[in-house]
Amino acid sequence: MQHDEVIWQVIRHKHCSYMAKIETGIFCRNPYNVTGVCNRSSCPLANSRYATIREPDAKGVFYLYMKTIERAHMPKNLWERVKLPRNYEKALETIDKHLLYWPKLLQHKIKQRLTKMTQMRIRTRKLHLKTREKIMTMPRREIKREPRREEKAIKAALLDKAIETELLERLKKGVYGDIYNYPELEWNKVLDEEKQLAEGVEEEEEEEPEIEYVEGYEELEEEEDMEDFSGFPTKMSGFNDDEHDSADEEEDDDSEDQVVIHKKEKRNSRKPDDLGKSKKKKRVVVEMEQEDGDLIRTLKAASF
Amino acid sequence: MGFKRKKGDGDGEEMEAEGNRRPSFNTAERRSVILPSMIKNKDKRAKVYAKQKHEKKVEKQKKIKARDAAEKQALELGEEPPQKQIPKTIENTREADETVCRPDDEELFADIDADEFNPVLRREVTPKILFTTCRFNSTRGPALISELQSVIPNSDYRKRGTYDLKKIVEYAKKKDYTSLIVVHTNRREPDALLIIGLPNGPTAHFKLSSLVLRKDIKNHGNPTSHEPELVLNNFTTRLGNRVGRFFQSLFPQQPNFRGRRVVTFHNQRDFILFRHHRYIFDVKEDKQSGTKGKDGAAKERVKPRLQECGPSFTLKLVTLQHGTFDTKGGEFEWVHKPEMDTSRRRFFL
Repeated sequence: MQHDEVIWQVIRHKHCSYMAKIETGIFCRNPYNVTGVCNRSSCPLANSRYATIREPDAKGVFYLYMKTIERAHMPKNLWERVKLPRNYEKALETIDKHLLYWPKLLQHKIKQRLTKMTQMRIRTRKLHLKTREKIMTMPRREIKREPRREEKAIKAALLDKAIETELLERLKKGVYGDIYNYPELEWNKVLDEEKQLAEGVEEEEEEEPEIEYVEGYEELEEEEDMEDFSGFPTKMSGFNDDEHDSADEEEDDDSEDQVVIHKKEKRNSRKPDDLGKSKKKKRVVVEMEQEDGDLIRTLKAASF
Repeated sequence: MGFKRKKGDGDGEEMEAEGNRRPSFNTAERRSVILPSMIKNKDKRAKVYAKQKHEKKVEKQKKIKARDAAEKQALELGEEPPQKQIPKTIENTREADETVCRPDDEELFADIDADEFNPVLRREVTPKILFTTCRFNSTRGPALISELQSVIPNSDYRKRGTYDLKKIVEYAKKKDYTSLIVVHTNRREPDALLIIGLPNGPTAHFKLSSLVLRKDIKNHGNPTSHEPELVLNNFTTRLGNRVGRFFQSLFPQQPNFRGRRVVTFHNQRDFILFRHHRYIFDVKEDKQSGTKGKDGAAKERVKPRLQECGPSFTLKLVTLQHGTFDTKGGEFEWVHKPEMDTSRRRFFL
């Protein structure tokens, strides 16, 4: 026998597992509840004649569920299901038809629920058309690990030094052209290279002393021409006194050097393109682009 | 009654003795090396540990002294100081990557000729950038954008509104932009950068961290409007090369050297550090005591000096996608997965 009153007393005052008490009120988590509030009139367990609207799969189709006291002893067939049409007004009419002689309160609550659910349906469908950002979580160990690794990477990078060396390299290679006029740089560069060559000569003197020596002189002349010196004859001429005898021979070298200069300029203009490649690679590319006569020279420079 | 006869009491004694010898050797060793953690008495333990540490320190100092003495002796005698040991760093011991660009790789050159940055890098097209933010942004996003606008010439900023990213991409394509940069904010701080190359260029998603705006840098410089120079360091692998060229394509290819501005993208262990400096070359007297006699008293060196201006931040690549922005249907060239982090010596850029 169905004693709704007894059921209600037991549920409400003892324990109902569907009841959820929050600070704003007492709610019912039963999926068949019409209003969602834990009430004597809204409890699906404590009312033998009850109805709801549910959307069993999230497909956007609403069903009217009804339970009557005649089927109270058959839990499997307790709820009778009627599909509601998509049209709101037609759905209201269907509800009216099925719940014709039912208590007014229940009919009203069901219609309210239908309204709410249709509004939700409209909103969900609209939202699906828009793009929304999805929030992804990162495991906590990664969140902790990244800043640590970043700090270490920054310390290992020695950024200022790297940038300064890169800029200095570019200045030495002549990428900046005529803008800067640093005779000290050239002086040092020449001295450095002469030092290298002197060492190179010492090391390889057993093999082919003469050839090395000649190439060395060529190289120095080229440096001079390449940097377009017009204002520092004193320094350089003092250094190159020995070579002035070969003034006639220099003409040929000049033409050669000018060719070299053009090539170097072309390379300079392409410099920005090569930025993506690493320094080592740049050096190698330089080698391949120049004439054969200079190949050995730059190899030497690179070996330092 | 009796005790149980132990196994191998009679015959096995010899075996035991032999067997015992080996473990006894070990136990003797073990006994001589007592871990301080095995001592339960705190006082004693502290003393033993302090003594151990002291011994270690003394040994280390001895080694260093011996090494220095050997070097000095060799120098005095004339030749060949003993080889200095190179300390192992993470960069030294990096796992060998087969995708590292080699200088003579023809396939690399062919790829470069055929990739999307070519028109910009060959100066056929001047780069034009469009900046925007994510949908719910705070003021830090546009602050960063205004600073980036001063770094990258020829750029515009549009407010985001609620447009879809794909629609924005179409709009930018119509207006002939070469790239679109979206600054994404999270918890009121910019934390991601989405760089989309146009018209059909790759999309790179970077994680942004350690952001320092210009006003927060001490003694910052003010950038001019000259075209900056680019420095791209350490982009060694194919993927790194691609990313490097991507950054290159944001900037115009004719740097104005008179402006003395340099923008650096330095890759270190997969972190791309972005810096913006103004530089100047200084001539400094170099007082070197090492080179006596060869070059004379003082050598003058040219040293570049840097003044930081503009924002500085760190980027980490999260994904690189082949076409324009399309998370669902796009073809991803590279995606960061947690299983890539298992080795501390493996880097991808």
